[in-house]
Parts: sequence; C-alpha cells; structure tokens
Amino acid sequence: MNWKTLGDTHLRRLKPLVFLAALLPLGLLLTAAWQEQLGANPIEKITHNTGYWTLTFLLISLGVTPLRQLSGVNWLIRLRRMLGLFAFFYACLHFLTYLVLDQFFDWSAIAKDILKRPYITVGFAAFLLLIPLAVTSTNAMQRRLGGKNWKRLHRLAYLIAGAGVAHFAWLVKKDLSRPLLFGAVLAVLLGLRWFYRFRASRLRRSYSSV
Amino acid sequence: MKLSGIPATPASEITPRELFYQRRHFMQLALGGSTALLASAAFGGEKLASSLSEAYGLTDKLTPLEDVSQYNNFYEFDTSKEGPAKMAGRLKTRPWTVSVEGEVRKPKQFAIEDLLKLAPMQERIYRLRCVEAWSMVIPWLGYPLAELLKQVEPTSDARYVEFVSLHDPEQLPGQRRAVLEWPYREGLRIDEAMHPLALLTFGLYGEVLPNQNGAPVRMVVPWKYGFKSAKSIVKIRLLKQQPTTSWMQAGPNEYGFYANVNPEVDHPRWSQAKERRLGEFLKRPTLPFNGYAEQVAGLYAGMDLTKNF
Repeated sequence: MNWKTLGDTHLRRLKPLVFLAALLPLGLLLTAAWQEQLGANPIEKITHNTGYWTLTFLLISLGVTPLRQLSGVNWLIRLRRMLGLFAFFYACLHFLTYLVLDQFFDWSAIAKDILKRPYITVGFAAFLLLIPLAVTSTNAMQRRLGGKNWKRLHRLAYLIAGAGVAHFAWLVKKDLSRPLLFGAVLAVLLGLRWFYRFRASRLRRSYSSV
Repeated sequence: MKLSGIPATPASEITPRELFYQRRHFMQLALGGSTALLASAAFGGEKLASSLSEAYGLTDKLTPLEDVSQYNNFYEFDTSKEGPAKMAGRLKTRPWTVSVEGEVRKPKQFAIEDLLKLAPMQERIYRLRCVEAWSMVIPWLGYPLAELLKQVEPTSDARYVEFVSLHDPEQLPGQRRAVLEWPYREGLRIDEAMHPLALLTFGLYGEVLPNQNGAPVRMVVPWKYGFKSAKSIVKIRLLKQQPTTSWMQAGPNEYGFYANVNPEVDHPRWSQAKERRLGEFLKRPTLPFNGYAEQVAGLYAGMDLTKNF
C-alpha cells in the first residue's frame, strides 16, 4: 500500500480516527471540569481553551493545502472539510461559553461588548463569517455554488483566521507571545499559498510560450 | 466599615490549615487529582500571629486559600495564572531587607525580622479587584504602611511614595523576558500611602505570605486595582515628583497612576462595570473604590476621575 495514495477504504477507516482525535480537546476539558481541575476561574479557563482550539483547528484546516503541495499527499484534502467544521464546532462552544457562562444572556452587556470592544467586535464578526462556510460545506452546496464561487467564498477562512488572531492579541493584557505564535503560523501558511500560486502561474506562462 | 455581628475570629482559627488541606487532599485523591500536593509543597505554612481588626471585617464570603494561592498575577514568575505558584519555590525570602529612602529625615534599611515586629499585626478582610474584572476576598495580615513611614519621618517634600519590587531573574524567571520594565515599580500619593486602609502586608489566612502572593512583604491597597499593590518589595522611596510606574510605561492610555476601582471608567479594551467574584457564577456590579468609597472618596475631592484614571 502506498500511503501517498490512500484508497477509499483506508480513508473510510482513517476519518473516524481523525474525528475522535479532534474531539480529544473537548474530552480533556470535560474531564478536567468533572474532576474540578479547572482552577480558580473555570469560566475563564473554558473560554480560553475553546478559543485556543478554534484558532488551532482554523490553522490546521488552512494548513491542509500547503501541506498537500509540499508532501504530495493528495488525500489530505479529503480531511479538510472535517477539520474546518471542527473549527466551527469549537467556535460555537467558545461563543456559547461567552453567551451562557460568561454573560448569562445579559443581552445589553453583550450588545455593548460587540459595539464597544474591538476584540469582541472582531471575534464576533469572525464567528458570523464562519457560519456561511459551515453551511456551504456539503457536496450539494458545493455543486450548487459551482467550484469557482465556492472557492472564492471559502477563501474567507484566511480573513477569519486573521480576525481570530487579532481577537486574541487584542484581549491579552501584556504578554503577546501566544497570539503572535498563531499569527506567525498563519503568515507562513499564507506565504506558502502565495508561493505556490506564483509558481503555478509562472509554469503556466512558460508552457504557453512554448 | 464597621459591621456588627461579625465574629471577631481570625481566619487562622476558623479552620486549621492542616485540616483544610487534609479535607481537600482527600477529596482530590478521590477524584484522582494531585494539585493539593503541589499546593502544600508551594506553601511555607509558617504561622503569623495577629488579632482580627474588627473595623475591617467583611460579610463577603472568603475566597478559599487554594484559589488565593493558585490563581495569581505575578509576571516576575510567569504571565499565566497558574505559573507563579509553580515557580514560586525559587524565591528566597530570607535574608531580606527593605530600604526606605528619599525625602525622609531618617532613611533606614529594615531587616524583614524587624519589619515583622514594627507594629502589631492585624488581620483584615479586604476585597481584591483585579483590573481584569475578577475579584477575591482575602484575610490579609499586616499593619498600616503609615506605621513604617512615621519611623523614617518624611519631609514636607515627600509627596509621593514609590515601591520597588525585587529584580533578580535568577529567582524570578519571568524577568528574563521584557514583558514589563523591571524592576516592577508602583506608587501612591503620600495621603493615599498614609491612609489607614493601605496595608503593609506580611501574611494571609493566618500564615506568612506564600511566595506567589508577594512574600515576604507587599502592599495591599484595597480601593485600587490589584496591580497597584506591589509585591516582594525591596525599596520604598519617598519622592517629590509623581513616579512613573511599570504599568504606566507599558500602556499609558490603559493604566494611569491612580487606578482606583471605578465602574464608570472602562479599561479601553474592556468594561469595568461588573466583576466575577471567584467562586460565583453571575457577575456582580463593581463598586466605586471597590466598596471603600466612604473611607477614601474624600482623597479625590474635586478631581476628575475619568482623566485621573
């Protein structure tokens, strides 16, 4: 079996494993909650944890294409939807934590936050932008939109990840090291994408000039 | 704030620490955890005698010792909340001297042993409001800073007091990174520093301060955001001019010199109207001057507190 070209049967077996692995952060968080290991400020911990995994899954899903191009492992692309949906899943948990645990449906406080606090504004916008991507993630929607439109829409993922990094950087009091690390990874992924696109267009040009 | 009906029992006598930890340890073992062991390891546990100052009792429920000593902002160790408790073993609090100098007639170096005996130790239950919008209630042990300042006889030029914390990256590994400008510096106006609420603090929960809470000596200024209360102090300088503090340098439009708890004046990036008292689910409204308005509001008569934030 050549692992670079995984057949459908193997992929069918791999997918549930990836699915379970992606649920692991939630499992660990729930276990910690059950064992009362969330520390003195559990709500803050849950908020930070779900936010961290949202950004992580966003970056992982954005890493699929560059990784595929670097490694030539094409079946990776078939995991991308699941990884992107997990980013949405953790974003929902993050938003629900804010809505229920942190603010407890204090709508006026939430409205003020969204309007007045840039980090909340940006974070909330990023969350809203994720919704159309999740909704159009099915094969049927992909067909209905057409490949080109679908691709254009899903390029929003980069904007969303950028907004997510800004959201994180804006809320830390002083130590920017973790948001900057996320930002650096995002920059590398964007850089790789541009590099491949640039190379592809040059190749096309050199072919057409032959 | 005189509140009748509060038993004048120091926290150290309510539940013996050993018993407290035994219970917790049992519960956590039952749950398969192990933080109780860590917690007791990071704790000196040396008793500190005091009498409860009835005038400074509070009906608010105390924040458990475990939370007080495991959830800390002490960037000299680490910028996470759990980090300081893990790193705190590196700090050596003996020998320790505090130099009191500047605009004073009798500058002096105080050994920590002498500071501990300088005035009767009182237990005071104070609210602590962090600028990050969470709060605790802590039984501190100490005496008013005024007792120390009187000893050095400030001159009429002494209009401000600056507190300088220990700078030693060997003991305080967080100082290897320039997160803030080290050493940590904080300050008060002289009338704030002389106010009876401003507590020179040596202990909490009936024992000497855990290192991660600012051992061996720190300030507690309960009507101001937590960062105003300098920890692990090595120098107190009386000054003519208002000092620039580490947080003012870090973010001049976010952290002012006064930093009085004020629900009306938001941090530029988040609201200060409410706070989460650790252990409670719903946020509670933040009180002007953290509930100490009656005692301290007079210090700021005629000042625009939105400008002097």
